[in-house]
Amino acid sequence: MNKTGKIPLFKTSLTHIQEITSEVFVLSFPRTEDFRPGQMLAIALNADEAPRLYSIASGNTEKEYRILFNIQSDGFLTPRLADLKVGDTLFVSRPFGSFFGTADADCWIAAGTGIAPFISMMESGIADNKILIHGGRALESFYFSDQFKAVLKDNYIQCSSLVKEEGIYPGRLTEYLKNMENLALDINYYICGSSQLVVDVRDLLIEKGVPFNNIIAEIYF
Amino acid sequence: MIKENLFGKTLSELQEIVVNLGLKKFVAKQLADWLYKKRVRSFEEMRNLSKAVREKLAENYEINYIASTSVQESVDGTKKYLFPVKPHQFIEAAYIPEGDRATLCVSSQVGCKMGCLFCMTGKQGFQGNLSSGEILNQIFNLPEFDKLTNVVYMGMGEPFDNLDEVLKSIEILTSDYGLAWSPKRITVSTIGIIPAMKRFLNESKANLAVSLHSPFEDERKKLMPIESVYHLPKLLDEIRGFDFGGQRRVSFEYIMFKGENDQHRHINELARILNGIKCRINLIRFHPIPGTPLESSSNEEILRFQSGLKRKGIVTTIRASRGEDIFAACGLLSTKELVKRQKNEDY
Repeated sequence: MNKTGKIPLFKTSLTHIQEITSEVFVLSFPRTEDFRPGQMLAIALNADEAPRLYSIASGNTEKEYRILFNIQSDGFLTPRLADLKVGDTLFVSRPFGSFFGTADADCWIAAGTGIAPFISMMESGIADNKILIHGGRALESFYFSDQFKAVLKDNYIQCSSLVKEEGIYPGRLTEYLKNMENLALDINYYICGSSQLVVDVRDLLIEKGVPFNNIIAEIYF
Repeated sequence: MIKENLFGKTLSELQEIVVNLGLKKFVAKQLADWLYKKRVRSFEEMRNLSKAVREKLAENYEINYIASTSVQESVDGTKKYLFPVKPHQFIEAAYIPEGDRATLCVSSQVGCKMGCLFCMTGKQGFQGNLSSGEILNQIFNLPEFDKLTNVVYMGMGEPFDNLDEVLKSIEILTSDYGLAWSPKRITVSTIGIIPAMKRFLNESKANLAVSLHSPFEDERKKLMPIESVYHLPKLLDEIRGFDFGGQRRVSFEYIMFKGENDQHRHINELARILNGIKCRINLIRFHPIPGTPLESSSNEEILRFQSGLKRKGIVTTIRASRGEDIFAACGLLSTKELVKRQKNEDY
């Protein structure tokens, strides 16, 4: 970080952009160094502006970094990111953060684009023995669900109060957790998403007896 | 037509506004004088502006003060004011008189995104940033305004997640065109958003308070999710490397949680990580919030912790608990007032 408080950013070029569902995009650009799954990047469209933070959503052996974002209508960066074309310039930081995945039998909990660090963990090969509880408002908001289903099989649990479909729990993920019997108290719970998701889920887990020391959260702000 | 509020605009913003209205640039200085020094509440009262200028301003802008809708008073004199911001959104400001000092604790956001485990405000989610005018409204609209000696940005929200508006409000409090307060009377608290903290240190002269709560990264992460993003050693390196000069202060807030952060190892680690930083630690008794798994350390444990830190050469104070009978710690009142939010989140 320099004296003005700016995170050092490095110039790179966009190699891929795809709108995976309405107003939700995946961007790719070359990976320049090693990272641990769960880490993030600061991204800007020019070197002078304040960057925004995005979890890396790709495996740590892939040649490219990938990020997942949805357009925030009042957002500073996402509407412009969505307009990028292959070859356009981006300014990207080194990977940082410590929302690290582990090899332990953890439970992952996410909604919306909060799924990004878990995509990275899965694609980095640490999804064995994990449970993922994934909340979504619509079928298409379960980003990367095919990949999670293939890897996690029955340990991939989708929850939606709006989608009525076989295999999807008909209620919010908080409701799923509330009704879950024999919730494991001795594993770690990793939560990623909005502050409201994190606070609601954390309160619920604590209420059900999970020690707060077993809860690790990353909040999108 | 919704008119923009002039209250809370900096002098340069006022200059841009008056020039765009085709008025002379010096009108901005007159406006600032009326708004911030004379604290008038209507254009009609701005007697050194011509009628035509006043009418032009009133056609396009308003001066909008918002009165508090509720006040709770503690037996110790602490008062908590509730200000409406938007429909069903409230912020809190706590007035804390103590001897010669009278401090106002102001909010910078409606709700908060940071999700700290021990914080009530986080439980109501994030509903929006306050404008500079909405931050200053808590000060200017305080019945005890004339008694105020200090302002601390330690109410609802993370000030460095709304830094532009916080900096504007500090500019108005400290500039000659505003209240001309000494920046020493102002303290801004943060959980440690490093880029914004660096900008704050460079662009203002107000004091800095950092919510620390544990010297160990892994333990701090469980209390404060921000630790996953901006790590404590890096945060402290940035503070250590900044020249605070002779007057400006940095302090660390440390809420005492029984068995979690009040052990001897915490004293040793605090001494190690704060080495080289001229600072003060404020130990704060935890006021439990509903459903919390945390308990406060006892008074004896807090005193023992203070002695341990003092023996290590760290200036350590115990913050007096104020307004306990009215839950003066921010968040509780506004959360109760908050109409149940629409459940439209992704999950």
